[in-house]
Amino acid sequence: MPSILPARRTLLAVALLAPAAAVFGAFFLLPLARLFALGGGGAEGWGAYAAILVEPRYFESLIQTVLLSAGVTAVTLAISCVSGLFLVRNRFPGRSLLVAVLTFPLVFPGVVIGFMVIMLAGRQGLIGTVTEGLFGSRLVFAYSMAGLFLGYVYFSVPRVILTVMAAAEKLDPQLAEAARSLGASPWQVTAHVVLPALKPAFLSAGAICFATAMGAFGTAFTLATRIDVLPMLIYTEFTLQANIAMAAALSFVLGAVTWAVLALARSFAGSSVAAAG
Amino acid sequence: MSATAKSDSFRVEPVPVRLEGCSKTFGNGARALEPLDLTIRGGETMVFLGPSGCGKTTTLRLIAGLESPDPGGRVFFGDEDVTRLPIERRNVGMVFQSYALFPNMNVAQNVAYGLRVRSVERRQRDRRVDEMLAMMQMADLAGRRIDQLSGGQRQRVALARALVVRPRVLLLDEPLTALDAKLRDGLRLEIDRLLRGLGITAVYVTHDQGEAMALGDRITVMARGRVAQIGTPQDIYFRPADAFVAEFIGTMNRLPARVDDGILQIGSLQLPWQGPAGTTTVLIRPEDVRLQDDDGVLTGMVSVAVFLGDRTRVVVDVADGSSIIVDAPGRTSVARGDTVRLGFDPARLLSLPDRS
Ligand SMILES: Nc1ncnc2c1ncn2[C@@H]1O[C@H](COP(=O)(O)OP(=O)(O)OP(=O)(O)O)[C@@H](O)[C@H]1O
Ligand SMILES: [Mg+2]
Repeated sequence: MPSILPARRTLLAVALLAPAAAVFGAFFLLPLARLFALGGGGAEGWGAYAAILVEPRYFESLIQTVLLSAGVTAVTLAISCVSGLFLVRNRFPGRSLLVAVLTFPLVFPGVVIGFMVIMLAGRQGLIGTVTEGLFGSRLVFAYSMAGLFLGYVYFSVPRVILTVMAAAEKLDPQLAEAARSLGASPWQVTAHVVLPALKPAFLSAGAICFATAMGAFGTAFTLATRIDVLPMLIYTEFTLQANIAMAAALSFVLGAVTWAVLALARSFAGSSVAAAG
Repeated sequence: MSATAKSDSFRVEPVPVRLEGCSKTFGNGARALEPLDLTIRGGETMVFLGPSGCGKTTTLRLIAGLESPDPGGRVFFGDEDVTRLPIERRNVGMVFQSYALFPNMNVAQNVAYGLRVRSVERRQRDRRVDEMLAMMQMADLAGRRIDQLSGGQRQRVALARALVVRPRVLLLDEPLTALDAKLRDGLRLEIDRLLRGLGITAVYVTHDQGEAMALGDRITVMARGRVAQIGTPQDIYFRPADAFVAEFIGTMNRLPARVDDGILQIGSLQLPWQGPAGTTTVLIRPEDVRLQDDDGVLTGMVSVAVFLGDRTRVVVDVADGSSIIVDAPGRTSVARGDTVRLGFDPARLLSLPDRS
């Protein structure tokens, strides 16, 4: 039997892609386009988008949110990398219990995590009580950027640790042995062999971590008294000010900025791979 | 720079390796290696040969410094006791079955790695890498990514990477096992030439006896964590120390025999014999058995005859139900069902202890 003609093959490909394209169009492109249009449909028209860059309230919130998310991602990756590698390399009694405890926050929604941060660092929190006993003044940071940071990291670490551990366990142990036989110290093995091999895992885990932090609402909602991260701002515009156009514009920008930062990180990492290889 | 100087720049002082009372018990209590004393002479290629799980890799890793022996065991490189030195300070080269090349580095960067961590100055590093790649005939691959190489090329990069730092000992763990048969033969010859040319002390682990015979100055045959025999390929083949070695190396026939009153009886053959009376087993290689028309020691029927070009391998079923494999000259014409007589030179018979 002759193979399928090229034209028919293209037709087949289109036919097979059609359902996915339909779902993508109906549930992603259309709402997105609608959101974008909504953002320009308010009293100020397309000026709503310009306002995000011009008005300090919006612009500062955007910058704060990006910085916070980037910081959370960096710290989460660092913590998860060290503890993930340690957990993969060492076998000790209680190890599986420790893994279970470390990944426990997975079961909590952001709201509960925010609540836990308050219990720890809030006005009646544990840290406050201890510092008052020791130094005579209460240390309270739950309602500030630090509290939010702590909550986000706490929320992200379990997810990232699991990814790192899964990747590290798949690593060929003979790569490290080969490096050592060539004279590499344990630090050099980690820097030259292990971390580069784990890079794809860091990239994907980091991307999820960053995107989650950009859009996190529950924790911010529970804690936020003094900070306006972007999702909180959207919520305020939408429900309290009934400024639907502004909320839509902010939502669209939140998505676009997150996507752009991730694309930038990916292409940066990709080019550094190419440069090394 | 002259051609001799080039190859000389990779010549190494041959260092003997000595294991003293090295046993290895793993964390789960399993004894992988019984106490072992072994000397590998400077510049020789020692092959560890044995069935799966007999402790070849474990012994290699003890020499490498990737495992440490149970208390009391000691490892020497020359006169230096290296038992407590970690692998990164032993200056050994390692080649693995899985290649273990760094995927984030290209060919030249892989080969340069050992020089890089030794902080060899850039220009000298580049020169030595270029020389090494030229010696392995891979100069044109220098910029390739690892995933763009064939298996044989990968293993040559791994060899180059291990050799460029002039290791005291080269350790190879089944380096050819992952390659297909044809490539394996080619690379085996290349490794052979390389090891002889460099005069480096090398330990080569394999479970392929052909490879062991071809590469080894001496072979250590191992079985269940013990050394069964150490010797040259000829020693191992012609003078096996026990039945295990005899049957593990090459093909061996077991002939049923009886001993009565100091006389060994095999078929129609009678030989003066020392040893206890009763049934016993004697061994003989297929190439030492002859097919003949008259008399002969045993009579049987051909059940299989395979023409292999240089020889014909014939399987003969004899009276007591056992089969005897005979390697006859290629031009022998026998067919399934023929009745044949088997003869042999009594001097070629082996009688070995069945140690276990
Ligand atoms: N890390 C380990 N922990 C526990 N037991 C081990 C370990 N490594 C090896 N062993 C055991 O030690 C014995 C010898 O293993 P070794 O790897 O030396 O065998 P080998 O001769 O290299 O076999 P193969 O030809 O299959 O590679 C085996 O029974 C194996 O199960
Ligand atoms: Mg092995």
